[in-house]
Amino acid sequence: MFKSLTMLRLKRPLLLGTLLSLLLSGCNMVSLSPSGDIAVQQKDLLITSTWLMLIVIIPVIVLTLLFAWKYRASNTEATYNPEWHHSTILELVIWAAPLVIIIALGAITWVSTHELDPYRPLERISEGREVPMDTKPLVVEVVAMDWKWLFIYPEQNIALVNELAAPVDRPIEFHITSTTMMNSLFIPALAGQIYAMPGMETKLHAVINKEGAFEGFSGNYSGAGFSGMRFKFHGMNEADFANWVETNRKDGQALTRETYLKLEQPSERDPVQRFAKVDAKLFDAVLNRCVESNRMCARDIAAIDAKGGQGKTGTYNLASNAMIGTKIGLNASTQKTYVGALCTPEAPTGLASEAKTL
Amino acid sequence: MPEHFDLAKMIFGRLTLEAIPYHEPILIMTFIGVILGGIAVVGALTYFKLWVPLWRDWITSIDHKKIGIMYMILGLVMFLRGFADALMMRAHQAMSFGDNPGFLPPHHYDQVFSAHGVIMIFFFAMPIVTGLMNYIVPLQIGARDVSFPFLNNFSFWMTACGAALIMVSLFVGEFAKTGWLAYPPLSGIIASPDVGVDYYIWALQIAGVGTLLSGVNLIVTIIKMRAPGMTMMKMPVFTWTALCTNILIVAAFPILTAVLAMLSLDRYVDTNFFTSDLGGSAMLYVNLIWIWGHPEVYILVLPVFGIFSEVVATFSSKRLFGYSSMVYATLVITILSYIVWLHHFFTMGAGASVNSFFGISTMIISIPTGAKLFNWLFTMYHGRIRFELPMMWTVGFMVTFVIGGMTGVMLAVPAADFVLHNSLFLIAHFHNVIIGGVVFGAFAAINYWFPKTFGFKLDYKWGVHSFWLWFVGFWVAFTPLYVVGLMGVTRRMSHFDDTSLQIWFQIAAVGAGLVGLGIACFFIQIGVSIWKRKEYADVTGDPWDGRTLEWSTSSPPPDYNFAFTPVVHEQDAWFDMKKHGFKRPTEGFIAIHMPKNTGAGFIIAAISAVIGFALIWHMYLPAIVGFIALLAAIITHTFNYNRDYHIPAEEVVAVENERTRLLANHV
Repeated sequence: MFKSLTMLRLKRPLLLGTLLSLLLSGCNMVSLSPSGDIAVQQKDLLITSTWLMLIVIIPVIVLTLLFAWKYRASNTEATYNPEWHHSTILELVIWAAPLVIIIALGAITWVSTHELDPYRPLERISEGREVPMDTKPLVVEVVAMDWKWLFIYPEQNIALVNELAAPVDRPIEFHITSTTMMNSLFIPALAGQIYAMPGMETKLHAVINKEGAFEGFSGNYSGAGFSGMRFKFHGMNEADFANWVETNRKDGQALTRETYLKLEQPSERDPVQRFAKVDAKLFDAVLNRCVESNRMCARDIAAIDAKGGQGKTGTYNLASNAMIGTKIGLNASTQKTYVGALCTPEAPTGLASEAKTL
Repeated sequence: MPEHFDLAKMIFGRLTLEAIPYHEPILIMTFIGVILGGIAVVGALTYFKLWVPLWRDWITSIDHKKIGIMYMILGLVMFLRGFADALMMRAHQAMSFGDNPGFLPPHHYDQVFSAHGVIMIFFFAMPIVTGLMNYIVPLQIGARDVSFPFLNNFSFWMTACGAALIMVSLFVGEFAKTGWLAYPPLSGIIASPDVGVDYYIWALQIAGVGTLLSGVNLIVTIIKMRAPGMTMMKMPVFTWTALCTNILIVAAFPILTAVLAMLSLDRYVDTNFFTSDLGGSAMLYVNLIWIWGHPEVYILVLPVFGIFSEVVATFSSKRLFGYSSMVYATLVITILSYIVWLHHFFTMGAGASVNSFFGISTMIISIPTGAKLFNWLFTMYHGRIRFELPMMWTVGFMVTFVIGGMTGVMLAVPAADFVLHNSLFLIAHFHNVIIGGVVFGAFAAINYWFPKTFGFKLDYKWGVHSFWLWFVGFWVAFTPLYVVGLMGVTRRMSHFDDTSLQIWFQIAAVGAGLVGLGIACFFIQIGVSIWKRKEYADVTGDPWDGRTLEWSTSSPPPDYNFAFTPVVHEQDAWFDMKKHGFKRPTEGFIAIHMPKNTGAGFIIAAISAVIGFALIWHMYLPAIVGFIALLAAIITHTFNYNRDYHIPAEEVVAVENERTRLLANHV
C-alpha cells in the first residue's frame, strides 16, 4: 500500500507537468503558431481560456493529491471528523468559484464568437492594422468533391484542383459548398475550419499574413479517399500572386459544365489541375445542384414549393443525367433521376440557354 | 406483386456466398478463432451438463442480480472486441506514413473505427452502466427486484441481440464505413449501398428498445419501490444518479430511434429526409442525432459520478460532503445536457449568436460538475482514507477527469473549436472523459461491488498492476493525440503524408499496449480471485464497512435480497443502522412473493435479431415470417398467467439460518 502511495505522489504531477508543458509550449504546433490573423486570434483565445480554467483545475489536482496523502488511513495524526458533511460557506465557495470563471469565460465566448464569426467580413488584417477602406476581398469559391478540392477564382476567371493561393494581407472571402459528401475546409495556419455541405453554402473570411506554403485538407471524414483530400495553400506577395494567376491563365484548360461533370466523379489523390476560363455561373449551379442543364435548380424547386408546389403533376417532371452522361462519356453507374428543369420560350426542351453545349 | 417473382431473391435477398470475407486473412483468422472458441464453449457446456442450468438459472432469469451480471459480462466481452479494434487502429496509424500504406486498406480501416465507436458506446459502456444500475439500485433501495422483472430480462436480451448483430457483421458482409454516428450523405444509399449501414441501423434499433425499456423499468423501480422511510432526499447518491440517467434515457433514446427510422426510410424506400436533393437535409440528421448524442454522454457519466460518490464516502470512512448539492448538481446536469447538443458542430455554420448560446450553456455544465469534484474532495478532507482498489481508481479519476473537463471547455468556445473540431485533440478529450470517467468508474465499481456479487474480494496485487497500467497507459496513449491535434491532425485518417508525425503515433501505440496489459491484468485479477476465493471470502456481507443498504444483506444476496424489508431513517441507511446497534432478525420469517422466470424475453429478442438480419440483407420473406412469429410470441406471452410464486417460509428460514451460522463462525 505504501509503495503505491509513493508512486501516487510522484507520478501524477510529473505526468501532468509534461502534459501542460506540451500543451503550452508548442513551437511546431500549427494551431499554436499560425500565420493568419484569424487563426492567431483563435490561438490567443485557446490560451486565455486554458489559463482561466487552470485557476480552478490546478488547485483541484493539488488538493486531491494533498488530501489523498494527508488523510490516508495510516496517518492517525490527521484530524478525523466522520460526521462533518456540510458547510454553507464552503458550499457557496465551491459553486461560486467555477461560476465566476464561467462568467468570465462566457463573456469572452460571446464576444469572440461574434468577432471571429466566419461569416463576418474582416475588420483588421492583423493586430493594429485595419483593413484599408477600398480593399475588396479576394473571392474564392470552394467545392469539396470526392475526394479533391476545386477552387474557383471568379474575379481572376481561373480555377484549380488541389491548389490554393492568396496574396499576403488581402482579406479572402471563401464561399464553400460540396458535391456529395459533408467535408470541412481546414487550413490550420490560416483560420479554423467550416463544413462544406452539398446544397448549402457556408462562408469563411480570413487573411494570411505570411508568405509560405501551408497545409490544407478536409477535416470531416467523407469516405474512402478522405485521407488524400489534401492541398497546399500558398501565401504570396502581390507580384507572385499576379504571376501565379497569369500562369494558371496560360496553362489552364477551360472549365465548362462538361469538364466539371467529369471532374466531380470520385477520384483519389489527384494532382494539381489548372483551369483558365470558368463558366461564370458554375458555382451557383453547383450550389443549386443543377450543373446538368436539364435539371431544375434547388432555388427554383424551393420557389415553386413556396407557392404551393406543382401537386401530383410534379411527380412526372423527372429528368435523368443519362443523356448527358452518354454524351460526355460517363459510365452508367452514376446515373440518377432528378426533377427536370422547366421549359421556357428560350429553352423549349428545358435545357437552360447558357448551357446549350450539353 | 412484382412481375418477375423471384423466390430465391425473396428468401436470400442480397445475401450470397460473396458476403463471407474469405479473402481477408485477418477476418478469417478471427472467424476460425471464434468458431474454435464456440465449439469449446458448446463442448464444455455439454460435457458438464450445463445447458439446463444455463437456460433455467440464467437465460430465463428475471432476477435483477443475474441480469445485472449478464449485462456486465456482455459489456466486458464487447469491450475486448472494441479494444481489439482500438489496437488495430493504433497499430495501423503508427505504421501508415509516407510510402507505407499500413496493414489495413481504407475500406477495412474505416469499418474498424466505426465499429470501435459503436461498440464502445452502445455495447460496452451502456451494458456496464445498465448492469451496475440493475444490480445495485434495487439493493440500495431495499427492494426485492425491479418493478417489471420480465421487462428487465427482455431488455437485456434485446441489447445482447443488438450486440450479436454487430458481431455477425464481422463475418457476414461488412460493417458501416461511416464513423460511429453514420452521418448522411455518407450513410445514405448512394454513398453506402452496402449492408454496413443497415447492420448499424438494425443493431442499434434492436438494442435501443432494450435500453429504453430498461430506462422505464428503473425509473419506476426507484420511484415506487423504495424501502419505507427512504424519502427522495435519503436515497443513496448512486440511486439518484441512476434515476437521472434513466430519465435521460427515456427522453433521449426515442430521438435516436426516430432518426434511425428516418435514415432507414431514406435507404429502404427512397424517402428524402436527409438526402441532398428533393428537400432533404443532412443537417437535420446531425442535429437530431446529437440531441440524442449529447444526453447519451451524461447517461454514461452520471451513474459513474454516483459510483465515485459511494466509493469516496465509504473509503474515507466519512459521510459524503454536500449531499444535497450533489443531488442538485446531478439534476442541473440532467436538464442542461439537453441544451448543449449544437456544440458538436459549431463548424456547420450556425450564426454567432446560436453558437455562443450553445457554447456558454456547455460551459455552465462545468459548474455543477466542478461542484461535484469539490464535494468528493471535501469528503476526503478530515477522513480516514483506505486506499483499497476502488479508492485508487477514484483518485485516478479525479486527477484525470479534470484535465478532460478542461479540454472540454476549450472545445466549447466556438471560435477555438473551429481549430480543434474533428482533430485528434477532440479524440483525446472525449477519451479523457470517457476512459478517465466511465471506464475508471466501471473498474472502481467492479472492485467495490464484486465482493457483494460473488462473496469474495478481488485480488489486490493484480488490481494495483491493472490500475497503474491503465493510468499510465491512458496518458501515454492520449497525450500524443492532444499534441498532434494541436498540430492540426484530424481524426479518421487512414494514411499520413507527413512522416515527422509518426513518432507521436508510435508513442500512442505504446500507450495502447500498456492499456492492453492493464486489461490483461484485470482478467488475471478475476482469475486469481476465483482461484483464491476461499482465502478472499467475505461472510459478513459488508467487507468495506459500507454505508448503504446493499451491504446489509449477505454476499451474494439471497434471491429475495432482504428477508425483511428494511426501514430507513437516515441517509447512509446501513451505516445508521450499524451505529444504532442493528440486530439482524433471526426468526419470524415468512414466505416471500417473487416473480417467476420465463423464456419469453429471450425468444422475442432472438426473433427480433432474426428479423433485423433479414432486413439488413433485404430477405423479405424471412422478415415477414419473423414478424408474424414475433407477434405470435408476444401474444402467447400475454396468456402466460403463471408469473409468480412464493419462496416458502422454510426455505427462507434455511437460507437465513445458514447465514446466522456463517456469521457466528466468523466472529
